[in-house]
Amino acid sequence: MFLGRVVGTVVATVKDAALKGQRLLIVQPLTADLKETGKRIVVLDAVGVGAAELIYWCRGKESSFPFLPEEVPTDNTIVGIVDELHLC
Amino acid sequence: MILARVVGTIVATRKDPRLEGFKLLIVKPVSPDGKDESGYVIAVDTVSAGSNETVIVVSGSSARMADGCKEKPVDATIVGIVDTVTLNK
Repeated sequence: MFLGRVVGTVVATVKDAALKGQRLLIVQPLTADLKETGKRIVVLDAVGVGAAELIYWCRGKESSFPFLPEEVPTDNTIVGIVDELHLC
Repeated sequence: MILARVVGTIVATRKDPRLEGFKLLIVKPVSPDGKDESGYVIAVDTVSAGSNETVIVVSGSSARMADGCKEKPVDATIVGIVDTVTLNK
């Protein structure tokens, strides 16, 4: 899983039927010390995050597991909101 | 998933039989603020996207979870047509 910050939203009326009702968000990936890294991506939200929140998301087929038994075509899904982050 | 813009079509007569009937499009990844990024992807279109439209592309094994793509040799699928993108200030 990866750290990121919610930086925007996407609205799409025409979409796969399994994506109906899902929130599409834009996430900026972050390093552990919260510096921006890599390209911004479109993700689904499985936990109800808000704008500009620090989150973690998972990638790949596993990112559709939060929505089981429905098979949602997503390759990136937010699975948690970060409360605190401590680095050694 | 990534945002991408439809830039072309692909016609292939000889292909895996499981790909028959699929519309194949060439898409170019774009950033959320609309700038073109490097590279191209060939994606199956399940939502009837048009030329130059901004779309949502899902890749990897999740691409097979889109409507009609189950057990097809597909690793990138267009699953949505973007109306608007809003970035936080």
